[in-house]
Amino acid sequence: MAAFAVATGARIDVSRESLLLRMELRSNPEMLCVVRGALGQLTEKLGFPEAECRAVVLAVDEALTNIIRHAYCGHAERPIELSFRRIQLRRDGARREALEIRVADRGVKIDSAKLCGRPLEEVRPGGLGLHLIRQSMDTIEFRRKNGRNQLRMLKFFQVTEPQKDS
Amino acid sequence: MQISARHLDKITIFDVSGDIDLATSPELRKALLRELRELRMPRVVLNLKAVRYIDSSGVASLVEGLKASRDVGARFVLFGLNTTVREVLQLSKLLKIFETYDSEEQAVAP
Repeated sequence: MAAFAVATGARIDVSRESLLLRMELRSNPEMLCVVRGALGQLTEKLGFPEAECRAVVLAVDEALTNIIRHAYCGHAERPIELSFRRIQLRRDGARREALEIRVADRGVKIDSAKLCGRPLEEVRPGGLGLHLIRQSMDTIEFRRKNGRNQLRMLKFFQVTEPQKDS
Repeated sequence: MQISARHLDKITIFDVSGDIDLATSPELRKALLRELRELRMPRVVLNLKAVRYIDSSGVASLVEGLKASRDVGARFVLFGLNTTVREVLQLSKLLKIFETYDSEEQAVAP
């Protein structure tokens, strides 16, 4: 059973996972709309409410934009890998299901200190991407391994209350 | 993204449609800055009714337009913000810094 620490400090144990979709693309901004289209349909199929579909699409789009701009410095022919899994896990003692999204690139190492974003009180262009990702997803985790930047994001499915017999 | 310009007296109205993202936002930025900094239009209005999607690079272009308008003493006005655009501006905590209206009539009113 795999485990990872989330930003909140809580511990999540992954107990089961199933691959939904895997994508390999080049770091070309023209491909962003293609990914958004596919992901919009995937999240809708998975039953996320409309607002959460938009949030997940935004987070992935911003992650790809950051890779293209910062990890690959605007080069349009570098590889990016995306995978989407439906996973079951325990969170704070309760069993939950989530959409797990992994995004990987082979670009320059991203300085962890820069991953905290910038104060939003500053009205200036740029630096919003990471903030939008954090706002849109339930957890995000970044690491550098084997020459790859790896971003892992989770969006939990809403818990549906069991219907009471009348 | 599609962008086209109309002129109404001394107001430029840009009708924008489609997706504003990393691929398309440079075109929007260029159009806004030309109208504000080079042509010195006193009011630039952006019709966002038909925008399906906007990301942080699109928001950055809007912020650049706003800053340019402040620099030259012009007005930079948005109208027709749909749920998607409004959500992203709210998440960015930038919605309040823009002059926004529901309709074109309001956006071009004296």
